[in-house]
Amino acid sequence: MRKILLGCLLACLSPWLHAQTLDAGVVVGNEAALSIAIVPMPYQGARTPPAFDVAGIIRNDLNRSGQFKALDESRLVESPVRSAEVRFPEWKKLKQDFLVIGRVLDAAEGNFSIQYELLDVSKQQVLLSMSVPARASAIRRPAHQVADQIYEKILGVRGAFDTRIAYVTASGLGQGIEYRLMVADSDGFNPQSLVRSREPLLSPAWSPDGRRIAYVSFQKGSSAVYVVELATGVGATEPVSAAKGINGAPAFSPDGKQLALTLSKSGNPEIYVMDIASRSLRQVTTHYGIDTEAVWLPDGQSLLFTSDRGGKPQIYQVSVNGGEARRVSFSGEYNARATVSYDGKKIAMAQGGGNVYRIAMLDRSFGGNGRWQTLSPGNLDESPSFAPNASMILYATKEGRRGVLYAVSADGRVRQRLVLSDGDVREPAWSPYR
Amino acid sequence: MKRTFKIAALLFASVLLVACAKKVKQETAPADNNTGGSSESRPSDIGTGITEAGAFSPADLKTNSCLRQRVIYFDYDQDLLKPEYQAVIACHSKYLRDRPGAQLRLEGHADERGTREYNMALGERRGNGVSAAFNANSADMARIEVVSSGEERPVCLDSEESCWSQNRRVDISYSVE
Repeated sequence: MRKILLGCLLACLSPWLHAQTLDAGVVVGNEAALSIAIVPMPYQGARTPPAFDVAGIIRNDLNRSGQFKALDESRLVESPVRSAEVRFPEWKKLKQDFLVIGRVLDAAEGNFSIQYELLDVSKQQVLLSMSVPARASAIRRPAHQVADQIYEKILGVRGAFDTRIAYVTASGLGQGIEYRLMVADSDGFNPQSLVRSREPLLSPAWSPDGRRIAYVSFQKGSSAVYVVELATGVGATEPVSAAKGINGAPAFSPDGKQLALTLSKSGNPEIYVMDIASRSLRQVTTHYGIDTEAVWLPDGQSLLFTSDRGGKPQIYQVSVNGGEARRVSFSGEYNARATVSYDGKKIAMAQGGGNVYRIAMLDRSFGGNGRWQTLSPGNLDESPSFAPNASMILYATKEGRRGVLYAVSADGRVRQRLVLSDGDVREPAWSPYR
Repeated sequence: MKRTFKIAALLFASVLLVACAKKVKQETAPADNNTGGSSESRPSDIGTGITEAGAFSPADLKTNSCLRQRVIYFDYDQDLLKPEYQAVIACHSKYLRDRPGAQLRLEGHADERGTREYNMALGERRGNGVSAAFNANSADMARIEVVSSGEERPVCLDSEESCWSQNRRVDISYSVE
């Protein structure tokens, strides 16, 4: 409880916090995290300094991953800018595994460049020495790219900080309610409204190239599926599917050419695959139970989906060509809305029953029925979405009457809240790599 | 079951006989407007329609205690229609028979527990359950539309059973009265 309060307090006091952004506080710490000190990177150019603290962005990214514990800025003992200036014994005394130093310089055509070095403190070695170009108007993104490079160099896994998240907000009440499909940076900054609606929006799903989002809107009175282009907003008025009954749960195939979706035009919800260019449909499931929430496995050959054909909702796997569905989840009375890791081995889902719904992860790396782990502690946790490197999972829950988003590390040890300052946030979807 | 229906039907009939005289007056009202609109040309023939004794009219939607019942509630994760709602289905079915132009919309809803898309399916299942009860009452199914709003349009926002029970529902509305 104390940690939660502290996290909130820190987030609220952060000087660069903007009213429209998702505020964030680390809720649970990870004792096994790698220690890393990120020294402020001064601007050494001749123009107006960039508006953001590059070192601060990197520090927050690495902390959020759960894999790192960045040294608090107040505990930094010196401020070297080049590796030659570093007094390694000082950082050793602070028990730091890694050190990041650097500066921001002017580049051609009014742009900047971030020049930084990643140092191994015990080996007194330079691991990385890089220059990352930065547009004057947008220095947050190159800062995330630096965090990604550091993450990959140390852990051997591609970082996912330079990615985006999509989510739905609802604000206002009664007749004045407004829904928005939003897209923000992975840390919640730079939120932009992609679709605005007086009627409910839900189920955003990214195309694999990150250029389009499929989602469900009720703008025509009942549910219909839309595909909107991020760059232009084109697609928000004309549905790709508006059949009689439910049109829901869209999911792009790994090649981006097909859309799995739920249609109930036959009388009850079934999974279909639509060829986006021709709009032609192929029915995948045929069962009198509810079949919905399809997601693609990375090979594009099979789908996971939610079905209550066994009495209660569970996750099943089926070939995209149809045929018999095989049950995948054998723990918990209610399992729904699966999200799959990039390698297809981990499946996170909303698991529960009665009054408790949490995010659970099934790891199929070990064969058999897999290993289970519960990743969230709430009562109404749902809509899990894997980061493209599967290091973290975004999910939605409720605090009081308000929907909030959390990011949890895939080992469940670090959780961070991303709360929109105004209104109700739900339905998060993590973008692919940019 | 049959007996309940009979009793219910008798009840409506008796209630409606009282309101009969008023109804005839209302039916002629639109005809007055028609003649007023074509003052220069020769007056056209007027068709008034004939209301059978005991038949429902749009006015009854606001006054009749059975027709005014527009919400059917469900148990958690259930789409089973509770027997207490049979009378409501019966009177709305009768309304559809009495008003051949009327069109009904059944909007199914779920509480917030569980995932949104599964709840969309659950809302539709509830709508279909109510629709099947209309079918059993010989309603014209071509004039009944079922839509699902899942958990997207709650009437109550707290995360507790007192709210959830109000949100697990099918709303009956008339797109054409």
